[in-house]
Amino acid sequence: MIDWLAALGRSGLSYSAALGRANLLMLAMLRGLGALLARPRLLLEQLFSVGVYTVLIIAVSGLFVGMVLGLQGYYILSRFGAEATLGVMVAASLVRELGPVVTALLFAGRAGSALSAEIGLMKATEQLSGLEMMAVNPEHRVLTPRLIAGLISMPLLAAMFSTLGIYGGWFVGVGLLGVDDGTYWAQMQSQIDWHEDVLNGVIKSVVFGVVCTWIALFQGYDCVPTSEGVSRATTRTVVYSSLAVLGLDFVLTALMFN
Amino acid sequence: MSKTRLIETLVGAFIALGFVALFFLAMQVSNLGGVHSGDSYKVLARFDNIGGLKVKSPVTLAGVEVGRVRDIYYDPADFRAVAVLGIYSQYDTIPDDTFAKILTAGLLGEQYIGLDPGGSDGVLKEGAEIAVTQSALVLEEVIGQFIFGKAQEGAN
Repeated sequence: MIDWLAALGRSGLSYSAALGRANLLMLAMLRGLGALLARPRLLLEQLFSVGVYTVLIIAVSGLFVGMVLGLQGYYILSRFGAEATLGVMVAASLVRELGPVVTALLFAGRAGSALSAEIGLMKATEQLSGLEMMAVNPEHRVLTPRLIAGLISMPLLAAMFSTLGIYGGWFVGVGLLGVDDGTYWAQMQSQIDWHEDVLNGVIKSVVFGVVCTWIALFQGYDCVPTSEGVSRATTRTVVYSSLAVLGLDFVLTALMFN
Repeated sequence: MSKTRLIETLVGAFIALGFVALFFLAMQVSNLGGVHSGDSYKVLARFDNIGGLKVKSPVTLAGVEVGRVRDIYYDPADFRAVAVLGIYSQYDTIPDDTFAKILTAGLLGEQYIGLDPGGSDGVLKEGAEIAVTQSALVLEEVIGQFIFGKAQEGAN
């Protein structure tokens, strides 16, 4: 019983210490912003590996999520004779919720895990210590560009996801099921608000971008420098990112759309 | 050298595509690209019951959208609801004895304000008030009246 209590306390303390280290790491990365301005090429390289490589999976899943929404939405809406609002349904669910959330989940799986593994291996092979030996701050040089790349990529990826999803819904609804083309777009334009829906979705994806990248970088930077430690850090990145995204999504939705 | 060039090009294309998608969401999907983001003038209309009317519901004349509901509030002085209508300034020749009623698009559709122009020579101006209005049709009341009427018929 005492052992059990002690174990509980130990794990509680270690979680709280990890949370503290994560916040200190965030501060350290933010302090590197000035140094990043002097070397924008580092950001470019990270935008390439974090953003460009993720486009394909985002595009394909966006298209298919939109097609499924079109099919499902048509099936339910046609029961009430309201197929005309298919465009609104597809666009609202994509722009507000599915765009930012699914993009963040895919981003955590595709880019976040890669980031953790990369940083973790850098730590395991003592490249980070090597940088420090050469008086280069590894947090500024390695982590900050990746964080900013995640922050920039996520809203752009989410916008692509939503756009392709809307076209996917359009393809199924208008192309295959015979919803009127004009109605699809006109209803969407009259019901979707730039500020309320689109901009809030963008804000959401910026938050998700920072959180997912932060978790990935911290897990990599904080991992046990062994092959097992790196693999565990990668797993944790995906799990924690997904949980954080879904939890934050609820909070943000409650704050924005109540 | 050519590899960095490729990276630069792809990152540039990625950022451009992202912004094209955002622009598409702004212009094609949301109402930002709507024709009427311009000026409008304010007209008040008092209703006994506004039903499901909401801020930003359309105001139509002969079926054409001529404005949007800007604000709705309750006036404690005469126990009525006041709808503030923003009429687009290009429609500046609406007679001042125009009749405003709350209509429903379809059986279960959203509610909007329909204007019926009168015959007066004066026109509605900024801050004017529409004198004659007709409240929203509340479905429960209509059904209630119908059932009450039937019951009375049965009693006679």
